[in-house]
Amino acid sequence: MGVPFNRNPDGTIAQRAFGGHTRNFGEAPVKRACYAADRTGRVILDTLYGQSVQKGIRVYPELSVMDLVVRDGAVHGVVAYEWATGELHLFHAKAVLVATGGFGKVFKTTSNCFANTGDGAHMVLRHGFPLQDMEFIQFHPTGIHGLGVLISEAARGEGGLLRNRDGERFMERYAPTIKDLAARDVVSRAIMSEIRDGRGIDGRDFVHLDLTHLGKERLEERLSDISSFVRIYLGIDPAAQPIPVHPTCHYMMGGIPTDVDGRVLDAAGYAVPGLYAAGECACVSVHGANRLGCNSLLDLVVFGRRTGRRLLADVAQLPLHEAGGEALDACRERIQRLRERRSGERAAGIRQRMQQEMMERCGVYRTAKGLEEGLDTIRGLQETCRTQLVLDYRGDRYNTDLMEALELESLLGLAEVMLLAAQKRTESRGAHYREDFPERDDANWLCHSLVYRDGAQLRYATKPVSITRFQPKPRVY
Amino acid sequence: MELTFRIYRYDPERDSEAYYRTYRVEAEPGERILDCLNRIKWEQDGSLSFRMSCGHGVCGSDAMRLNGRCALACQKLVQDYQGEPEILVEPLPSFRVLKDLVVDLEPFFEKVNWVRPYLLAGDSDPQKERLQDPAERKKLDQVIRCILCACCMGACPVVGENEHFLGPAPLVWAFRYIFDSRDQEKEDRLRKVDSEDGAWGCRNHFECTRVCPKEIPVTKSINFIKREIEKVFGS
Repeated sequence: MGVPFNRNPDGTIAQRAFGGHTRNFGEAPVKRACYAADRTGRVILDTLYGQSVQKGIRVYPELSVMDLVVRDGAVHGVVAYEWATGELHLFHAKAVLVATGGFGKVFKTTSNCFANTGDGAHMVLRHGFPLQDMEFIQFHPTGIHGLGVLISEAARGEGGLLRNRDGERFMERYAPTIKDLAARDVVSRAIMSEIRDGRGIDGRDFVHLDLTHLGKERLEERLSDISSFVRIYLGIDPAAQPIPVHPTCHYMMGGIPTDVDGRVLDAAGYAVPGLYAAGECACVSVHGANRLGCNSLLDLVVFGRRTGRRLLADVAQLPLHEAGGEALDACRERIQRLRERRSGERAAGIRQRMQQEMMERCGVYRTAKGLEEGLDTIRGLQETCRTQLVLDYRGDRYNTDLMEALELESLLGLAEVMLLAAQKRTESRGAHYREDFPERDDANWLCHSLVYRDGAQLRYATKPVSITRFQPKPRVY
Repeated sequence: MELTFRIYRYDPERDSEAYYRTYRVEAEPGERILDCLNRIKWEQDGSLSFRMSCGHGVCGSDAMRLNGRCALACQKLVQDYQGEPEILVEPLPSFRVLKDLVVDLEPFFEKVNWVRPYLLAGDSDPQKERLQDPAERKKLDQVIRCILCACCMGACPVVGENEHFLGPAPLVWAFRYIFDSRDQEKEDRLRKVDSEDGAWGCRNHFECTRVCPKEIPVTKSINFIKREIEKVFGS
């Protein structure tokens, strides 16, 4: 398609080391990650944009989907809100593919965009369909301290090292074979335990990512974007000084359960007619409890493509319904209710309290007590949201005040699901670490979690993991 | 420290003309201007509209004019404006204002799409990657940084005078494929921008280069296109 990947001398696509990329199941690191400097994701996105232009795909910019049109268990379209005019639109559709990305904005510190509020996943939940494996949340080890902006794993792939207050390369203790290139959950826990033991820089809540030995030229050529972030936001030259980093919420392993063709599955495991999901919002479950660097592209590109193909084949058989008036009315009322309230609390304050709470209770380390308290707080904030949420602006043009209020409902809904799933799983596995249950427990917990709505209540269930070629075993680095 | 923001406000449906409103914000020196704008929106005035998403100069949606200079609000810090009596915040010039700092980017994306921002390699899907010499790939290093934020379009004096001029960012995208050794439509691509509203519209003001948040040598790239046109078609 034309992605501008870096090249080897023979003209083939170049590859570099990345976290957890090893040969023979952890024996030694290998260079397996294709890359374009340190902006691989962005240039893949640009290339896909170009492809959509070439194919003349119609895009409706700045429309936010507010709800799915669901009737008799089948999806018949969506209702969308247009930012420019404040109008609601009803789209009749034989099939809907949810591709709304992750929801890192549930947390205070995240590498995610402001737009990553999980509206798609929450809409699926609201209609009684389950979300799967929501306790598995990836914290990337190297977010810029304070901001959460991502320093790509490419930095360690190119030879960057993590150091504590004593200058010690502490990953040697935690993962003696692959050290700084251990999987993200392992490195994030190592950083947090260094910080807890008082070995953060100056005893504070961050460690150093040291790139100084890589040299100016290599930084400029291979890591220019992150060098520029560090210069802009910290006023630091990464060739001369180490970068203060700490873990930042990065990726959701869980989401809307699908089969390998992107068909969304209901709580009984049957495909929902007309509903598909792909990308970070979906949970095909190729990542299990922890995703390795670059494997987001499995969700996005590999399963995105499979889902598109399946949808194209199915559309020939799916009927088009002209229904949806009730869904449209319900969205209109939802907005109207918000508009009519004259006093109360604005979205930003409630959101900040949620983000702080989730960071403390549902982050890298979790305990029964913390998760219980977290659930209480989040349910309290949901109640505040229902009875107090107020807008400051009631106009129709680019009303981002309204958009943020609607998004807050999604965030709070998903936060509750995460906490519940994390509370139920009384073991530690991948990115989910329970201090009160530090061991993996295959006898009881080699299973997926499902959370779904039943009236006002959330219900929890498990479903078996299908194991084929690879038997699960402990990761030893 | 306390900062004073004077912000351009305009709702074409309600206001007969644009006006400025002043806000005061407490902020740390290391905070982004975007953080200040959010604080204004969240705590003082929910009617203020602007676009934003990633918050660190990757998505390109918060381009605006800060004290007369086109920039991304997420890439400018409070300390960059130390000693300034106020920070004047305005929408990108040369674009139609939809509300406050939100401008109509449709004509911009039409121009980008017009240069065919996709590889035309002739063959159907190959089974393996198309080979490319590292030196050929290196020619694209700088232009692939473009995030389509349109700061350059707002800053370009020629765009301001002639709405038909293709403008800096679309020319950067033209460069991206003209100089991609895998592409088979180089001559056609060059012909497309060989006009007064194309590459030759650039008068070397260098404003685009000065404001580009990704430090792309925009003007130089356009001059490379001009030189290539002369090389291929004769001057």
